[in-house]
Amino acid sequence: MLRIRLQKRRANFALDAEFEMPTPGVVALFGRSGCGKSTLVNIIAGLLRADSGSIELDGRVLLDTATGTCVAPEARQIGYVFQDTRLFPHLGVEANLRYAERRAHAPAFVSFDAVANLLDLGPLLPRRTHQLSGGEKQRIAIGRALLRQPRLLLLDEPLASLDAARRDEVLPYLETLRDQLAIPMVYVSHQFDEVLRLATHLVIMDAGATVASGEIGEMSLQAPLRAIIGPDAVGAVIDAEVLGTDASSGLQRVRVGRGELAVLAPSATPGAKMRLQILARDVIVATEEPHGLSVRNRLRGTVTAIVSDDAHADLISIDIGGTALLARITKAATRELALRPGVSTWALIKSVSLRGRSFQSAAITSLGSPDG
Amino acid sequence: MTWLTPDETTALYLSLNVAGRSVLLDLPIAILIAWLLTRGRFVGRTALDAIVHLPMVLPPVVVGFALLLVFGTRGLIGAWLDRVFDIQLVFTRNGAALATAVMTLPLMVRTIRISLENVDRGLEDAARTLGAGPLDRFATITIPLILPGILAGAVTAFSAGLGEFGAVITFVSNIPGETRTLPLALYTALQLPGGNTEAIRLACISFGLGLSGLLVSEWFARRLRIRFGR
Repeated sequence: MLRIRLQKRRANFALDAEFEMPTPGVVALFGRSGCGKSTLVNIIAGLLRADSGSIELDGRVLLDTATGTCVAPEARQIGYVFQDTRLFPHLGVEANLRYAERRAHAPAFVSFDAVANLLDLGPLLPRRTHQLSGGEKQRIAIGRALLRQPRLLLLDEPLASLDAARRDEVLPYLETLRDQLAIPMVYVSHQFDEVLRLATHLVIMDAGATVASGEIGEMSLQAPLRAIIGPDAVGAVIDAEVLGTDASSGLQRVRVGRGELAVLAPSATPGAKMRLQILARDVIVATEEPHGLSVRNRLRGTVTAIVSDDAHADLISIDIGGTALLARITKAATRELALRPGVSTWALIKSVSLRGRSFQSAAITSLGSPDG
Repeated sequence: MTWLTPDETTALYLSLNVAGRSVLLDLPIAILIAWLLTRGRFVGRTALDAIVHLPMVLPPVVVGFALLLVFGTRGLIGAWLDRVFDIQLVFTRNGAALATAVMTLPLMVRTIRISLENVDRGLEDAARTLGAGPLDRFATITIPLILPGILAGAVTAFSAGLGEFGAVITFVSNIPGETRTLPLALYTALQLPGGNTEAIRLACISFGLGLSGLLVSEWFARRLRIRFGR
């Protein structure tokens, strides 16, 4: 468990952060630029001081201003991947990695070779740092942070300074990292698509304060997120189990709540979980079972809440059996269909976005887990 | 060196010896002071800054005289050094090295300080998160990053030290074979009737030394710019 409670006040800025996250997992600190995300990770790393508060990681107190405990950054065993990589310019690629390896505390749970394999660093090792592309630099920086044998990995917008192609090159490595090593991660980003790919938990920050936090599926339904990503990006995030391939259509069947959806995900293996995003604007609400429609994905559910989204639209929460969907419909439609909590509905889903593999702790492989 | 007279060779050797030792004496002090001036937060920082730079604005004779007062045989430190370690500074090449070191210290502090100010503190922070303590960071990150600056400072101080005149002649006098460095030899030659030819020869030697010093210093400065990616 990672427990954070921190306050810091400056003349023109106040940080007030509080959240918890089970470990291992990936918590995304999400918010607009300048909302205090970087300040918060710098305090977690120990590079900045907090006025008051505490940081506890897996039972170890790293900071507690009440008792005067403050573990020095060099002793926190927290890996930090900076946006600007901060590779040492006077050292070559391999020397940068060895720098971390030499200073890491036993027990080592990930070896130099394992890191090099995981991030495909082999061909880069003999190079100088200025001979690397942005994406390659970031991979080295991630490898260096891993060789510190961290109990927590902080990633401060590691993809922000990369162009789209380089981002797509690094993102799968981060996914692999999450799935193959049991290192808890704090991932700072203002790009929701990165968060969707990687995070298991979401902490939403606004003007220096953590305004909401929780499991990502649950957070995807809540108002604070909508305020940041806007009405068109709002939608339920669901980790769905792959059931198998439908012989006639060739589509993959996935379980969502009590029902099933058909999606095109040829690489999915039955039993695996994959992350789906169903945008609220792509969900049509019907009070009777519809006929003669081209929309094939439909789920039976019950309205649990109706929230006004703007002057003309409502956000309808529909429980589909332990999982919820969001639908964005006009206020006129809400009135006409007499929607209210408890009403039984059909949710017709126009499109489903696949957002990569879901994180499962069970997927941790032979690389092993950190001792203690 | 057949094309130099024995006296010229001695003066050249003395200059190199004195300047070299003054640089060795300056290096640790200059790095420490540059560090304090860049990173230190203490009362008296401005005063330290001013004291270090005094030799640049004072007449060298004044510096030499001050050294006489402090390090002379009856000076506070001079008498103690003589009594405890049997070290005499006045009229010796050790004294010449000390006078040169004091005169060139500001040059070296300035160069190292500029390098230190250019060091990306983010790299030190990164080393910190990788488990490097303060001394470790200083030795493995800070020093390598400012190394070109340190070398450039040393070369500049060495070149300037070869030509130090006022403070040296005031503090350790003009003794052939002991304290008569190139500029002092040149000055002596000018005092003698018909010494012009000798003076020109010595001036040419000084010119050659100074020019090579500048070139080496410029080369280090270029390395520094490459290292910091500019």
